[in-house]
Amino acid sequence: MSTLTLDAEALYAELRSGVSALWRPGMALMGVWSGGAWLAERLVADLPALAEAGKPGVISSALHRDDFGARGLASGTDATKIPYAVDGAHILLLDDVLFTGRTTRAVINELFDFGRPASVTLAVLVDRGGRELPIQPAFAAAKVALPAEQKLALARDEAGRFTFSVRAPRG
Amino acid sequence: MLMKRNPQLNAHGELIHLLSIEGLPRAVLTHILDTAGTFLSVNDREVKKVPLLRGKSVFNLFFENSTRTRTTFEIAAKRLSADVINLDIAKSSASKGESLLDTIANLSAMHADMFVVRHSESGAPYLIAQHCAPHVHVVNAGDGRHAHPTQGLLDMYTIRHFKKDFTSLSVAIVGDIVHSRVARSDIHALTTLGVPDIRAVGPKTLVPGDLKHMGVRVCHSMEEGIRGADVIIMLRLQNERMSGAMLPSAGEFFKNYGLTDDKLALAKPDAIVMHPGPINRGVEIDSTVADGSHSVILPQVTFGIAVRMAVMSIIAGNDA
Repeated sequence: MSTLTLDAEALYAELRSGVSALWRPGMALMGVWSGGAWLAERLVADLPALAEAGKPGVISSALHRDDFGARGLASGTDATKIPYAVDGAHILLLDDVLFTGRTTRAVINELFDFGRPASVTLAVLVDRGGRELPIQPAFAAAKVALPAEQKLALARDEAGRFTFSVRAPRG
Repeated sequence: MLMKRNPQLNAHGELIHLLSIEGLPRAVLTHILDTAGTFLSVNDREVKKVPLLRGKSVFNLFFENSTRTRTTFEIAAKRLSADVINLDIAKSSASKGESLLDTIANLSAMHADMFVVRHSESGAPYLIAQHCAPHVHVVNAGDGRHAHPTQGLLDMYTIRHFKKDFTSLSVAIVGDIVHSRVARSDIHALTTLGVPDIRAVGPKTLVPGDLKHMGVRVCHSMEEGIRGADVIIMLRLQNERMSGAMLPSAGEFFKNYGLTDDKLALAKPDAIVMHPGPINRGVEIDSTVADGSHSVILPQVTFGIAVRMAVMSIIAGNDA
């Protein structure tokens, strides 16, 4: 088991400042299902400027994943819900963990099925390196290095507080 | 004891072919219905296509004629970005004497990834599934009197859409049950999903007694059969499959078992009326019922595309 501890709540506070700095009036918020969507929800509750933009969108990578042939249909296929017009929108995209960049690629494809955004900016809680595609976040609350086999995922308790679960490879 | 594995499932219990609803666990059926819900919303997007089957070839093999089912499979495969090849097989190789397995071997050599098969012989899709390459998936689009699993699933999707919960429903299946692969698939699905009251309604010649073993109540009286029902599934009178004098006449059938407003009044006030199509107006169903407020026959067709997208994407994502 890994001994790595990441204080998700402290990182969230960092993200909140980072997003405040990135935010421009007229932007639309979008969270990647599921961790990114939780972050978007919480940011809207915590930052009045974001709340003014209305309900954030939720987007799923499931229908555009490149590992469909190996993994089959991922869960969360019905998660995408975009309560605003994508055409011409400046979108601030949120995710919990950025790793290979493949999820981000799939999410951007999904987004374009709904229209042509004017721009897409990415902010993440943790950038764990290991990129396999030319994708970079505009803001990351933390950068960590983890063995490739290790799984890092955001969890949310009943009170809405965040924790990180680090899972060692199986076997 | 050596248990023979269901040929539709791989060693992990995942669906790799869809041949029959019989023997599939409830979780597999529910997963298909949930996934279909996703694909229904793809119709609301600007781009009404998802790339899950991009680069895959789906061969529609209809050894028996069908317009609606073939078309909905074709639309479903195209919305998943597959290349679709429709083979009018009844008019080509089979009529020249080629065996079913030779036809399949030839099409496999053309790099088919999925076969959607309709055949007048019960079991033909099983035979194909047993003999095709491990990466090839098979969907049964209706085989003889045996099964029509995607119709069964789209019926379940329709029922769930309008009634939400299966576990308190009374469902009446009315008409030519002996010839109906739809009825058989519906009964297996309804049983698996926990419907407590399933009635098979029709004359003795068209409602086989062995249905009792499937957990179904056999009713030869229409009034008894549809009284208090939440869902009425009307079946088409299959003239082309009928041999001998199973019925006095279509008129006589309509008088006793045709669904009219009067008979529908015996069902629950919010009952839904379904039909797999094509409908014979004035034979098994009155026009006023088919076009009336209880009818969900056209939503069934729309849901059918989403359900077929779900089936194809799920099996294509699982390895043998």
